[in-house]
Amino acid sequence: MELNDVWFVLIAFLWVGYFFLEGFDFGVGVLTKLLARDRTERRVLINTIGPVWDGNEVWLVTAAGATFAAFPEWYATLFSGFYLPLLVILLCLIGRGVAFEYRHKRPEDRWQSNWEHVIFWTSLVPSLLWGVIFGNMVRGVKIDAEMEYVGSLGDLLNPYSLLGGLATLTLFTFHGAVFTALKTVGDIRVRARKQALTLGLVAAVLVTGFLVWTQADNGDGTSLVALIVAVAALTGAIVANQMGREGWSFGLSGVAIAAAVAMLFLTLFPNVMPSSLNEEWNLTVANASSTPYTLKIMTWCAGIAAPLVMLYQGWTYWVFRKRIGTKHIADAH
Amino acid sequence: MELALAPETLARWQFGITTVYHFLFVPLTISLAALTAGLQTAWVRTEKQKYLRATKFWGKLFLINIAMGVVTGLVQEFQFGMNWSDYSRFVGDVFGAPLAFEALIAFFFESTFIGLWIFGWDKLPKKIHLACIWMVSIGTILSAYFILAANSWMQHPVGYEIDKATGRAELTDFWAVITQNTTLVQVFHTLSAAFLTGGAFMIGIAAFHLARKKHIPVMKTSLRLGLVTVVIAGLLTAISGDRLGKVMFDQQPMKMAAAEALWDGEAPAPFSLFAYGDVEKGHNTVALEIPGLLSFLAEDDFTSYVPGINDTNKAEQQKYGPGDYRPNIPVTYWSFRWMIGFGMASFAIGLAGLWLTRKKFMLPEHLRVGEDELPQLVPFRKALRPRFIRWYWLIATLTLAFPLIANSWGWLFTEMGRQPWAVYGVLRTSDAVSPGVSQGEVITSMILFTALYAVLAWVEVRLLVKTVKAGPPELTDADLNPPTKIGGGRDADQPMAFSY
Ligand code: HDD
Ligand code: HEM
Ligand code: HEM
Repeated sequence: MELNDVWFVLIAFLWVGYFFLEGFDFGVGVLTKLLARDRTERRVLINTIGPVWDGNEVWLVTAAGATFAAFPEWYATLFSGFYLPLLVILLCLIGRGVAFEYRHKRPEDRWQSNWEHVIFWTSLVPSLLWGVIFGNMVRGVKIDAEMEYVGSLGDLLNPYSLLGGLATLTLFTFHGAVFTALKTVGDIRVRARKQALTLGLVAAVLVTGFLVWTQADNGDGTSLVALIVAVAALTGAIVANQMGREGWSFGLSGVAIAAAVAMLFLTLFPNVMPSSLNEEWNLTVANASSTPYTLKIMTWCAGIAAPLVMLYQGWTYWVFRKRIGTKHIADAH
Repeated sequence: MELALAPETLARWQFGITTVYHFLFVPLTISLAALTAGLQTAWVRTEKQKYLRATKFWGKLFLINIAMGVVTGLVQEFQFGMNWSDYSRFVGDVFGAPLAFEALIAFFFESTFIGLWIFGWDKLPKKIHLACIWMVSIGTILSAYFILAANSWMQHPVGYEIDKATGRAELTDFWAVITQNTTLVQVFHTLSAAFLTGGAFMIGIAAFHLARKKHIPVMKTSLRLGLVTVVIAGLLTAISGDRLGKVMFDQQPMKMAAAEALWDGEAPAPFSLFAYGDVEKGHNTVALEIPGLLSFLAEDDFTSYVPGINDTNKAEQQKYGPGDYRPNIPVTYWSFRWMIGFGMASFAIGLAGLWLTRKKFMLPEHLRVGEDELPQLVPFRKALRPRFIRWYWLIATLTLAFPLIANSWGWLFTEMGRQPWAVYGVLRTSDAVSPGVSQGEVITSMILFTALYAVLAWVEVRLLVKTVKAGPPELTDADLNPPTKIGGGRDADQPMAFSY
């Protein structure tokens, strides 16, 4: 395996990490309107992700930075090509970060409810748009011989990628619901489980549809395996949720996300962004990559830093392992 | 197409607006993280409650600020690809690595440990909790280092080669990129300027309360901490700035000449205090100067030769082909002066403040006050005291803004003075923009970012003011009895010490 193949795998891994982690905090954000009934319950939900959402988001920053360093052409085409959807995602992530940090800093009702609206919408919209972006990236868009995107915004909004958007939205929301069931106590936990069933069934249909379509378009043997793992894990997550095995359910919904993202990257390889105009113009792991020297340095850095990151992020989850409920919310906040 | 609306111009405006905005929060984040950590260390070591109250107060302001730093930073990370795709293609091999390092090493550090710090008051033993804020502080400094290494490479590209076939820059020596003198001096200068900013911020807010005779013990401690920080950081900023000037003179002679509106080379060259000139004809019509000082700034020697704008432009034309290699001279000239002027003003105020609030044994009998009383400030005639005291506190409060202004001008100077190059001598800014992105898209994003940033500025300033006015919090039992086990040993049914 050449170093650029290694970096393809590492970047896929970063996206898996991002969607696994931010997936549930997006989901919890959406549930603040779907599940929570009052201010106190919303606070409980937000508190379950409070200590970790920022660290989760850095997976995205790292994925972008690593793509820039390892595959500059991929970074340049992707970010300038999907300009408007990425702009919307950015605006949402800005609003979302500020909302989490500022909402509790003043006690007034209006202040808090305004930020809660922000949290809901800025969790929902990126969950949808990431699916749209990945759908387009995997399937191929109009890229010319200069590696520039020459399509329009309309081209990005096709049925396949919109289905991808709905699939990520429902999958993340389900993932958030099983996370809530795992992290809370009392009434909210019971209702989270109930809602997880509905969400899980809808997600199962949409995700399966999207992945099968992907398989039909570009799939091969290995991607089929990933597809089967994804669908099986998602089914398992729904079953575990019904049996009250919350840890298993969360773990399995995570596996489902990981397998689905892995499948997308498997169908992509060895391309990183195929051109729908001419196969010769595809961006591939070979023609989009940095030099072996840069990749070597990056490999050293990632090899040392990434395990450490996982270690101390894992430790954070352990420190905050206790369930929380409405009784833990002090009145003043 | 109208030049004023060319994608290049728009993209530059957008980069300028979003980066200057990001950099309002960055220096405060860097310095407040360390200062808060210092205060918390004082609490852990002495157990004096005023330190814990100060930690909570400054920590809250720090959090309000870092939230904005984080979200505006996200825009920066995406922006290179969105608006500057040709730049990204050209330099990705070199420039991407420090950015990826920054994310992998610094951002994960900051973001994870800040979560632990915010929510860890009732979950972590005292010392581990303290370690978390120090980790955050180290993270902020590391992130500054890597991003500045990337920026320094744009100022002075080293350790690379242009690939013959693809025409792109390729990294050959990473070590050279992260340890070249441009990087080291720029990091030194930017970090000292950051601490100047944080120190002045503390002085300003402490003075605001002290002028109203409120929260005296906490604010007096904060005032002293701010003053000492400002004086030390101010000194280091000046020293490093002088070094940076020499590096710049060596590597970007055009920037130095433009900074001084020095049209034709001179030996010895003067430092200009005021100039008004004619850019077309290439000379000044009015000039007020200190002889020899520029020669000294450039080469540590009051008599050496410094080439002027016209000479350098000719030299660069010979080297890079026909064209105009002059940056915007008035902007470069004035931004340099505003940086030094505003920044050094806060240093001077800090120095004066340190003297006026000096400790007991150096003060004459009649000015001495007790531990928790307001300092007397006016060392002379009693009758004038009330008026002077009011003025002193007012000036001290306003100091808060000075280094922030200085920082913005400093970056405008650095970045605009490098024009027309994006990477000095290698890639022109006009060749760096995204060819595939339309004017409409850039205008849309610029309007949306600017509008959102304006709204956020309003929200954040109001929140800061409210938090400042509320003053340091009262301590609770939970604050004074932190858990002894990781994960929190306290009763499971108790409310959390912190909740969103
Ligand atoms: C509080 C802020 C502050 C203060 C008081 C100063 N500076 Fe500064 N300066 C900055 C904040 C700053 C900055 C914003 O941080 C810059 C922008 C790029 C950089 O490295 O630092 C900068 C850049 C910068 C540069 C440009 C480097 C380049 O373009 O390569 C020079 C030559 C100086 N400074 C020199 C000075 C001198 C001689 C100062 C006073 C004695 C001084 N600065 C005070
Ligand atoms: C944080 C402080 C910084 C500020 C305030 C700042 C400010 C600016 C401004 C105002 C411009 C527009 C200049 C023009 O009108 O041409 C600009 C351009 C640019 N800067 Fe910076 N900059 C900062 C740091 C950086 C850093 C650290 C990098 C690199 C990582 C960087 C990369 C660029 C690029 C790529 C451009 C666009 C190309 C160009 O116009 O030269 N800047 N910056
Ligand atoms: C001198 C210039 C700069 C310095 C010193 C600096 C430093 C910092 C600091 C201290 C933070 C906030 C803390 C945090 O992340 O939790 C931050 C945020 C950020 N900065 Fe800057 N920055 C500079 C310019 C830039 C530029 C030009 C970029 C673009 C590549 C950038 C990218 C980011 C990103 C992506 C974040 C958010 C990280 C997160 O989500 O945690 N910064 N930066």
